[in-house]
Amino acid sequence: MTIKRGLSPSVLPVATMTVLLLVVWYAGAAWLNLPQAEEALTRAGKPFGFADLLTQAYSMKRPILPTPDQVLTELWTSLTSYAPTSPRNLLFHAGVTAQAALTGLAMGVVLGTLLAVGIVYTRTLEASLLPWVIASQTIPILAIAPMIVVILGNLGFTGLLPKAVICMYLCFFPITVGMVKGLRSADPLWLDLMRTYSAGGLRAFWSLRLPASLPFLFTSLKVSVAISVTGAIVGELPTGGQAGLGARLLSGSYYGQTVQIWAALVMAALLSVLLIAVVRGVELVLLGRGGAR
Amino acid sequence: MSQTTNGPDNGPGNELDNGAYRTSLGASVDWGLLALILPTLAALTQPVGTLNGETLSWFGGSMAPMFLIGVVLTVVGGRTAPSRRKGAWVELAGVVMAWLLPLHLLNEGVDLSAGWGVWLFLIAAILLLWRVLGALSAAPGWTRSVVVPGLFGLGLLVAWEVLVRGFQVPAILLPAPSRIAGALAQHAPVLWDDFGQTVLTSVVRGYVMGCGAGFAVAILADRVPFLARGLLPLGNLASAIPVVGIAPIMVMWFGFDWPSKAAVIVVMTFFPMLINTLAGLASAERIQLDLMRSYGAGYGRTLVKLRLPNALPFLFNGLKINSTLALIGAIVAEFFGTPVVGMGFRISTEVARMNLDIVWATITVAALTGSGFYGGLALLERATTAWHPSMRQR
Repeated sequence: MTIKRGLSPSVLPVATMTVLLLVVWYAGAAWLNLPQAEEALTRAGKPFGFADLLTQAYSMKRPILPTPDQVLTELWTSLTSYAPTSPRNLLFHAGVTAQAALTGLAMGVVLGTLLAVGIVYTRTLEASLLPWVIASQTIPILAIAPMIVVILGNLGFTGLLPKAVICMYLCFFPITVGMVKGLRSADPLWLDLMRTYSAGGLRAFWSLRLPASLPFLFTSLKVSVAISVTGAIVGELPTGGQAGLGARLLSGSYYGQTVQIWAALVMAALLSVLLIAVVRGVELVLLGRGGAR
Repeated sequence: MSQTTNGPDNGPGNELDNGAYRTSLGASVDWGLLALILPTLAALTQPVGTLNGETLSWFGGSMAPMFLIGVVLTVVGGRTAPSRRKGAWVELAGVVMAWLLPLHLLNEGVDLSAGWGVWLFLIAAILLLWRVLGALSAAPGWTRSVVVPGLFGLGLLVAWEVLVRGFQVPAILLPAPSRIAGALAQHAPVLWDDFGQTVLTSVVRGYVMGCGAGFAVAILADRVPFLARGLLPLGNLASAIPVVGIAPIMVMWFGFDWPSKAAVIVVMTFFPMLINTLAGLASAERIQLDLMRSYGAGYGRTLVKLRLPNALPFLFNGLKINSTLALIGAIVAEFFGTPVVGMGFRISTEVARMNLDIVWATITVAALTGSGFYGGLALLERATTAWHPSMRQR
């Protein structure tokens, strides 16, 4: 009951906004595609009315702006008509991207946590490294993506690793910042309690500081997962890769397959939302057991 | 008052801490110094490199002993300095001298790739730098916030230069910083054109339009709560999806020149600005709003006099996030097609031609632009929101 009461004020506005968005989308599609549709019908040489024109505009093979139903149809055929291992199935591409994103995320979590531990325990590192950690994020790293791919390629690493490195660079920052906050979030009273137990620094770290930092870690993870997917997609652009959502975007843009681009975009959004939901689920389970909140 | 009472009370305690209790051996040994001396001694047993095919030892006729003596003198000087902090500055001179040694040897034509003497010596120099940073980061204010990170960054840069040149890493993998600086100077006109196309044209226009639109819609949504409730979940969803993927579509719609880049930036920056502005507008406190009402201020006056100034930290947060996003959006959109100028175009074409020093020079420009953009906003924030409660805690 309470859940329903909490939700209802925002359901109507969101629904209205979504409907409005769809209306604008269809109107925009008609407006953008009409000139092409008119040309196509004129070339066919038969007399046509406005209704014919509109149907034509909504069913172009390479529309300037595809309609939502075209995109969803493309997505649906791609998902159902081919085996999940076939390159024509978007699930295959999403899997490749997700693999890179998750590997990068894991590397980023390790790097970010190590940096955070160093920063929390060493004042020198805090003073000298933390400003550079922040500065590292003002650099448009995604722009460096092609170079990282080429350099690692020269070193003999191809495929997954270059993309994962890009994701790692993007991911480590929220993790470091969150973990620095989290490791410091242990209540001084509890730290004193640990001392009265005569627990050493290591014991206090594993039993108190690390568990106390978990809520912060999960908040950072949710941010990191989203940027990691972005990083993996951009990492796939310059490689001229055969697989992955980024490669799909690129080939779609080369051959003017707008519907394919949009379907890949929707798939990317779904992947991102799904991964965030997974992190959220793990968070609920882990923190629920820890008794936090 | 409190100072005069505190002084005498604290005096004796400080004296005890400073020296009287140094009885055990463990406390009287300067472990940091010992950690320095061991690798240095080990370094002396190893050659410094090879010159014309012959191994060169420390005392084999090069200038290396002079550097060694200089470093030892500074360490001794630092140890006997009146305060730890003054000693740190003296030791810093030693660090500089130690790092000049490999550069000097390289200029003499010595091959350092087998010169373990130099590398061990440099490890000792890194430990010395660590010691200096440790002493300096105890200092408050300017030294800690600017000098320490600056020295750390400089140390990384010099280490990069020495390692790349010492081990002769091929430039195709990683050029030395000096080489990148050379490329920066040599290709300055080209890089300036790229900067003009990408930053001054695409980023600035897209950024102003995107942030302006986000701000305007947020004000509108603030007036019409229905709109805010509908837009916020969409905004949160937009922050989860890889918006940069719309770049190929925008290039198809708006062509190769700046409008397509600006369009990508507008879509990327709109929602962060919207969300931050709405959060900022909601941050005014009830009691402040009531005060404005008791003054008889209407919606517009409350907005301008109270709620917008109060929202400034949130606005700057959005602007800062967007400064990086805008640069990324422009460069990534240029991967999908540009006129033959622009940072993204330069990176993608020169990578294909294996001219990595130009690529690195472009990245340097991009990094400096990003940091400058962000830093400028941070300074502006400090200048305009110094009065805000959120700035007080520091």
